[in-house]
Amino acid sequence: MTDQTPALRLEGIVKTFPGVRALDGVSFTVMPGEVHALMGENGAGKSTLMKVLGGIYDPDEGQIFIAEQPAVMTSPIEAKAKGVVFIHQELSLADELSVAENIFLGELPRKSLGRVDWGKLYADTDAILKTLNVGFNAKTRVGDLSIANQQMVEIARALTVDPRAVIFDEPTASLTDAEKVVLFEVISDLQSRGVGVIYISHRMEEIFKITDRISVLRDGQYRGTLNTAETNEEEVTQLMIGRKLDLSRNEATHEMGEVALEVRNLSCGDLFHDVSFTVRRGEVLGFYGLVGAGRTEIAETLFGLRDPSAGQILLDGEEVRITSPQDAIRRGISLVPEDRKGQGLILGMNCRDNMTLPQVDDMTAGPFVSDGAEVAIFDQYRDKLDIRTPGWRQLVGNLSGGNQQKIVIGKWLSMHPEVLIVDEPTRGIDVGSKSEIHNLIRDLASQGYAVIVISSEMPEVLHVSDRIVAMFSGRVMREFTAEEVTEDSLIQAISGLTGSGAQVA
Amino acid sequence: MAELTKKGIGGFIARHGILVAFVLFMVGFALANPRFIAIENISGVIRSSAIIGVMALGVTFVVIGGNLDLSVGSMMSFSTIVVLDLHDKLGPTLAIPAMFAMTLALGAFIGFLVGYLKLNSLIVTLGMLSAIHGLTLTYSGGKNMDIDDKQGTWFSIFGQGNVAGIPVPILMFALLAVVLTLLLSKTPFGRKVYAVGGNGTAATFSGIPRARVVFMTYMISAFCVATAGLIQASRSLGSQNTVGQGLELEVLAAVILGGASLLGGSGTVFKTVIGVLILGFIQNGLLLMGLAFYAQYVVTWVIIILAVWLDIAAKRGRLWSPIA
Repeated sequence: MTDQTPALRLEGIVKTFPGVRALDGVSFTVMPGEVHALMGENGAGKSTLMKVLGGIYDPDEGQIFIAEQPAVMTSPIEAKAKGVVFIHQELSLADELSVAENIFLGELPRKSLGRVDWGKLYADTDAILKTLNVGFNAKTRVGDLSIANQQMVEIARALTVDPRAVIFDEPTASLTDAEKVVLFEVISDLQSRGVGVIYISHRMEEIFKITDRISVLRDGQYRGTLNTAETNEEEVTQLMIGRKLDLSRNEATHEMGEVALEVRNLSCGDLFHDVSFTVRRGEVLGFYGLVGAGRTEIAETLFGLRDPSAGQILLDGEEVRITSPQDAIRRGISLVPEDRKGQGLILGMNCRDNMTLPQVDDMTAGPFVSDGAEVAIFDQYRDKLDIRTPGWRQLVGNLSGGNQQKIVIGKWLSMHPEVLIVDEPTRGIDVGSKSEIHNLIRDLASQGYAVIVISSEMPEVLHVSDRIVAMFSGRVMREFTAEEVTEDSLIQAISGLTGSGAQVA
Repeated sequence: MAELTKKGIGGFIARHGILVAFVLFMVGFALANPRFIAIENISGVIRSSAIIGVMALGVTFVVIGGNLDLSVGSMMSFSTIVVLDLHDKLGPTLAIPAMFAMTLALGAFIGFLVGYLKLNSLIVTLGMLSAIHGLTLTYSGGKNMDIDDKQGTWFSIFGQGNVAGIPVPILMFALLAVVLTLLLSKTPFGRKVYAVGGNGTAATFSGIPRARVVFMTYMISAFCVATAGLIQASRSLGSQNTVGQGLELEVLAAVILGGASLLGGSGTVFKTVIGVLILGFIQNGLLLMGLAFYAQYVVTWVIIILAVWLDIAAKRGRLWSPIA
């Protein structure tokens, strides 16, 4: 940091959406040649801030300065022209085109009559690729490259302008360890050219390895900047979470029963490895981890949708092989899937028919489905779960998210399962219905169901679980009891860091 | 691009366009030629619609289950030729169950490919349309098939007989419609067909054996095709190899006219029967008005495209939309 003019400075950025103050006076400075981490929980405002910077959102208040010159960003193209370039988590490349065409897409060099100047295109591209030290050339088809190399193409695209600031958004999400090393070299090269780098990631390990400073957002507010060399994971986590969450912790108010489900050393290809846990009747077992940590895949394996490659599943102490969802249902395992509309419900079907679908074979009088039996089931669970709908004839697609989720839960409760797995119980559900669903899950446990809750929301997991399994990259990192768990130990566990007593993956 | 409100005339046409068009056609035809509404004409239309109608009943199951069946015309030729051939070799009593078994075997093959191997039903049944045609020609050696003793067989009852003054093809169509209505709307199997067509993934997540359900819809379709082949063979007691050619499109037209969504998950047997009758009466009316037979191919397709357009318009509540 020899140059004392900031590469990029945001001052007092405010952005509100109806009902939400997404950014509340955020200030943030990136020096040239610095790698600056931006951290915060989901919903802390990181994405909103980056969208303001990239010209996708207009800030309500505040000012952006590039090299201390005020700048107004109205579009991503303008942001790029001003030297602010984004490397997104999802790549946006045309697979069928060459590396060169992708890098200069929309601005291909021209000769007379609008013909493409291929010679100049390839020469310019190879010049950029040379600085990145990559193993492919300008004419390579992008679809033939690995994900890591495609990311290099994105970076090369960023270098066609002379960037002042490059923003990496979760760049290592789909990279192998070896590929990460290459990426970090490129970042350090950008750094030595005097480019300011903003690095967004949840992975503490990377943050501490490559960044110079760490800025933290929480609830849309700037919470401070730390020098990476002078801080530690605990301090950063503390800043991210802030006050102790005032959500009441779950306190066991009832007796636990026998072990209903035990999983021993279960593996499934590359999706998860050597996973072991138990769930008792009357207990809620929480699964917490980042998206892609393998939690949903475990649920799908227990529900007979995937074949495990190794390990055992035991129901009431007896080893079982679950071959299909029908088989799982017969054995008393139910799954409320994460994608409510895509996997949980038939939106064009009415409420009653959705709820009774798995047991329609048993709802017959003679060869025909008995209307009376179906309506009785629906009425019972509508009252029990407080489902608000004008009547059973209402199409499920017309209900609110919370009521739709209750239909899915009712569908399985009416089957009297032994083990109920709920994947992301409150995704896309408003705050009021959220706490209703949380209470419902607690109630089910107290009625003696063995419940597994998979969630990406920490407050939710802390609130409903008796025990919590923390997963990272397909492995169980640590198991916590409700008494011993803390937010920062949980964050550390799911970031792949070893906390006290953790297993090294 | 005005929004169609529930009370607007446009909205009414969008929602009931097919019935409105049908009524207008009927009134127009009746005014143009009073013979159109004579009992004999109406009975004649229904009887000649029976073959397409019977096949449409089966295809309704396939379409509600979220798939297509374009092989029914060619499969019907197969059934007709086979039963005529076996009639003289085995006698009618054995020929009929043998033909049903062979047709069901074809249905099982398609059901396996689409249901269990999850191949695209359009490709599979389009391929089978051609493959079964080749099978029929191979079986018959390319020759027309005729029953030797046309006077002395009871086999003609299915196509030419009357019971209580009602033609047997109409009775078979009606009986099958009633049975399949009950199957689709009242049984657990019927519920599963709607579930699989409405959202196959959610059906799987509810423990519905999706592959088996799709397989069964093709078996039902094949059973209906065999029945249609029986009526066809019995009516003419002799047949060309190409007797069912092109019927798959009329069958599909009737199903769509009835309002089953090509996306799956909606439609009923009753609506399909209405679709069959609409198609039959419009074609008959145009014929009575002196429209050349060949022009009917054009008119049929205009009607189908209109039906599909109105179907989409009804769903999005407007006749035209810039997106999707």
